Amino acid sequence: MARTAERPAKAGTSLVPLAYRVAWRRRETADVVTIALEAVGESLAPFRAGQFHMLTAFGVGEVAISVSGTPGAPGPVEHTIRDVGAVSHALSRLPVGGVVGARGPFGTSWDVTGLADEDVVVIAGGIGLAPLRGAVHQLSGRRGPGRLTVLVGARTPDQLVFADDVRRWRELGADVRLTVDAATPDWGGEVGLVTSLLASASFDPARTVGLLCGPEVMMRFAAADLADLGVDPSRIRISLERNMQCGAGICGHCQLGPLLLCRDGPVVTYGGAVAALMGQVER
Amino acid sequence: MNETSAMLLDSGGLDRLIGVLGARGFRTIGPVVADGAIGPGPIRHVVDLPQGWHDEQAPGSYRLHRDDDPRLFAWAVGPRSWKGELFPPRSVVWRSSGEGDSLEIVPVVDEAPPVAVIGARPCELAALSILDRVLGTSTHPDPVYRARREAAFVAVVECSTPASTCFCTSMGTGPAVGDDRAGDEGVDLVLTELAGDERHHFLVRAASPLGGEVLAELGGEPAPGWAWSARDRLLAAAEGAIGRALDTDGLAPLLARNLDHPRWDEVAERCLSCGNCTLACPTCFCSSVEDVSDLTGTVERHRRWDSCFDLGYSYVHGGPVRTSVSSRYRQWATHKLSTWFDQFSTAGCVGCGRCITWCPVGIDLTEEAAAIRASDGAGARAYARAGAAGGDQP
Ligand SMILES: Cc1cc2nc3c(=O)[nH]c(=O)nc-3n(C[C@H](O)[C@H](O)[C@H](O)COP(=O)(O)OP(=O)(O)OC[C@H]3O[C@@H](n4cnc5c(N)ncnc54)[C@H](O)[C@@H]3O)c2cc1C
Ligand code: SF4
Ligand code: SF4
Ligand code: FES
Repeated sequence: MARTAERPAKAGTSLVPLAYRVAWRRRETADVVTIALEAVGESLAPFRAGQFHMLTAFGVGEVAISVSGTPGAPGPVEHTIRDVGAVSHALSRLPVGGVVGARGPFGTSWDVTGLADEDVVVIAGGIGLAPLRGAVHQLSGRRGPGRLTVLVGARTPDQLVFADDVRRWRELGADVRLTVDAATPDWGGEVGLVTSLLASASFDPARTVGLLCGPEVMMRFAAADLADLGVDPSRIRISLERNMQCGAGICGHCQLGPLLLCRDGPVVTYGGAVAALMGQVER
Repeated sequence: MNETSAMLLDSGGLDRLIGVLGARGFRTIGPVVADGAIGPGPIRHVVDLPQGWHDEQAPGSYRLHRDDDPRLFAWAVGPRSWKGELFPPRSVVWRSSGEGDSLEIVPVVDEAPPVAVIGARPCELAALSILDRVLGTSTHPDPVYRARREAAFVAVVECSTPASTCFCTSMGTGPAVGDDRAGDEGVDLVLTELAGDERHHFLVRAASPLGGEVLAELGGEPAPGWAWSARDRLLAAAEGAIGRALDTDGLAPLLARNLDHPRWDEVAERCLSCGNCTLACPTCFCSSVEDVSDLTGTVERHRRWDSCFDLGYSYVHGGPVRTSVSSRYRQWATHKLSTWFDQFSTAGCVGCGRCITWCPVGIDLTEEAAAIRASDGAGARAYARAGAAGGDQP
């Protein structure tokens, strides 16, 4: 490390959040809320689909939250949060005008900008659709021969998120299929695991890219099924979650074997190290 | 090492070194005896250094004794490394006050005066180089570490008296400061303590421009030929005295393909998951944050060292990822010797032996690695090391 005689006047700010205000909020399900954030003063750098921000609920704590909005879209930046614990609860309850801290963006992206000719199969479980939403927006607007299939699973119909988006993606030509683990009387759609939707989806495995986000076991089965159908494991991308204290590659918490998931992930290529390490090894 | 910028000092010269660094505004820190161990503490004069003290180390045991040995550095390493001077165990990252649009978030800038480390070991210098990569020059460097490290003055004392737990020769980090470090700005002065025949001297070489400047202020005589040959003899003897070894040949892939080796469960039966090893290790860098608020609405983000042996370390919503002691020991050992290469293109271990000495049950990293090598393949699950971050992996 090169040494200078004097200390840098201003320490790096990647560990210090900027103030963001809730511009609007939308309830998605009983325990999921989307909050759209706009900078109070200085703004963070632009994000890419799949990246995350570290959001602070002041006085409560900080968690990693993926951006659920579309890169480059004007206006506030959307984050979709499931209320499961102290910090997510505080973030979910913020009223319009409430202020949070935001750092980032951190991590890798779905990297969909280069995909014109490929068939893309998106598989999401529950709130796993949130980190994929921006990528699906980008993909549904692309011109080219590649087909877009979006398979979404939820535990129950009332836990399906982004109904308006699903309508729009269908209008734009995407094949969007929904399934639930347990139907309610008003549910007329599919019942079963999200992977069961793969059988009837039409895509050419040889030129398919898979984008997966959801519970780790779901991704493991979905990735294995895609690979069995002939999709190259190196063309299957998954988004992984671990404890994250810094997002900046310096706290150690997000390790998965050789990977620091805040730096080398959250979006990683399935196959190689990841296929062997996911879920199973670390008991 | 450039021989023309080397001097021979006596212990009066070393005293002047401490004084000159203090006068230049450095907080002078050196090894001192406290609480039954040698570790970093404030020093003002040579008399503060541990003259005549020796450490006796073995797996799970550390003892100090003193005799009339004139030497100040005739011991190996203590439980507290220099890491704590540059990467404090606790710090405050930022502070916020106010509410709504008038909320203000202010970074807490480290105000500690620059530190002069006098008496770090060659392995500890190597540990600082590792931390430089992890915390100092990453995409988002740690501001506290970086500022303290950039401002620090580092004087290393080569090793004459390795402990039974040391294996620096296996890791290529000691007992000498390698010649390839000349011009490395991570170190300013390299000292070798020479004692015998009523003489007690320090061969001091400048390793940075600032080191040269400071050395020139100390007086003393240019290092004579006998001092260089005395140093050679001393370091050869020290090297010969190192009894512990870690076979690093192909070690990173070896561990990566033995994640289900039964040895992990065996060691877990002894491991208390106390985290002493991570606390003592000079390269362990993990930290956690915690937000603290008071009644006035001020919030502070506190950061503290953390350990991968702590159950909460891997907590995600729903529970910890690594619930068994076996998975946590494996995480630690494979990180040190295997995945650190993937992540940072260097080993995470410098062979200082602290984790062996300070483990209450005497678990020995070198022995664990050797056991896995002895029955390579006993662990069914393997993964191909894709080389996430690339680098020169063994
Ligand atoms: C890359 C990434 C993207 C994510 N994106 C989203 C998203 O878009 N939407 C979403 O809703 N969630 C997302 N998450 C999950 C999110 O970061 C939180 O884990 C989740 O919101 C739960 O946080 P909580 O504090 O509310 O819940 P809790 O379950 O109370 O706590 C989770 C966090 O609190 C701390 N913690 C709590 N209890 C303990 C304990 N006993 N010991 C140690 N630490 C403890 C830990 O830091 C832990 O990470 C993402 C996670 C990652 C890694
Ligand atoms: S792992 Fe053990 S021997 Fe290696 S640097 Fe850390 S404490 Fe020293
Ligand atoms: S290896 Fe030893 S020092 Fe480390 S956690 Fe286990 S018992 Fe504690
Ligand atoms: S979250 Fe801290 S290193 Fe990845």
